[in-house]
Amino acid sequence: MGAASTASSTPASHRVLVALVPLALFIALVALLAFGLGNDPRKVPSPLVGKPVPVFSLPELTDPGRSVSDTDLKGTISLVNVWASWCGSCRAEHQALMALSEIPDFQVVGLNWKDDAENATQVLRLTGNPYDMNGYDPDNSVGIHWGVYGAPETFVVDRKGIIRYKHIGPIDRTVWEETLQPLVAELQAEG
Amino acid sequence: MRPSLSKPSLWAINIDEKRTYEIGMPALIKSFLLSILLLTSVAVDAFTLEELTFDSPEQQTEFRELISELRCLVCQNESLAGSKAELAQDLRNEVYKMMRAGQSQDEILDFLIARYGDFVLYDPPLKPSTYILWFGPFVLIGIGAVFMVRALLRKQSAPDAELSDDDRLRLKDMLADRDGKTDQSS
Repeated sequence: MGAASTASSTPASHRVLVALVPLALFIALVALLAFGLGNDPRKVPSPLVGKPVPVFSLPELTDPGRSVSDTDLKGTISLVNVWASWCGSCRAEHQALMALSEIPDFQVVGLNWKDDAENATQVLRLTGNPYDMNGYDPDNSVGIHWGVYGAPETFVVDRKGIIRYKHIGPIDRTVWEETLQPLVAELQAEG
Repeated sequence: MRPSLSKPSLWAINIDEKRTYEIGMPALIKSFLLSILLLTSVAVDAFTLEELTFDSPEQQTEFRELISELRCLVCQNESLAGSKAELAQDLRNEVYKMMRAGQSQDEILDFLIARYGDFVLYDPPLKPSTYILWFGPFVLIGIGAVFMVRALLRKQSAPDAELSDDDRLRLKDMLADRDGKTDQSS
């Protein structure tokens, strides 16, 4: 009687598979959540990647008679680095930028963001100046067009003036070696 | 005896009730006033950050609606309307300038989306990359419904379907057997 009532028309292997479905779904959900946990919500992807740099013109930080504009970002591979004297992480990546400024056929352009010219100039005087030029943007008039929402942020711009990558947060050795350097090498190869 | 005992006790209950009522009322008013105060203070707080002037009350309402739909990217759980972050202030000013320049809400939203991405919107747009976000829950509910219906159907049809003809004959025999026994015992 008992054996007869548990007998099913479906084969045993099929029933095992069906029983495993919730487990599989659960594992998939855990994997999804683990992936979500691993993502940093502060790193918002930029819609500007793949697009030409915004049109802008700013006075040069240390030489206000000169200007820095989008035309300066064409013809050479550029790293556009958003920084400020009040930004602690910018100080942390300063050494890395100093090293990067040595690379030939490559320019480091600063966007001095929501800063005071005097403080910013002093930082460069005291710790060294890795920038080929620095746009001075105290009131975030150009930063908005670049979608800047914090410092430091770094954009990689190719020779045609197309933004190819945006890095949020300081550049350290790992970021440079694993992400930025391969990209720059690729851009150099593009000619 | 009984009425004289019950009367004072009835009075006592009445007095107690009255007292708690009297104590309770001001507390209720107080909490109500406090909640009003908190609500208005938040609203006032958000709009004394900048002194903005508008052409019309409608424009002001439009501005408030717009900035409350936009996310501050620095404090992601705050809207532009509610955030004191400097970036939120900058973006509010930008929205204000564009609005004063006569640009439509859509133009302003497009401007911000082009620079900061869909993430500035609290209400994500419907497009292929957000299909899973919009339709995922319905798909899951659908899968759940299919499983539930299947389980229910199986339960319903199980007793009939699981019995083979042989079983049915045996059951019939057993039932007849039992009925026979009960007949005998009674």
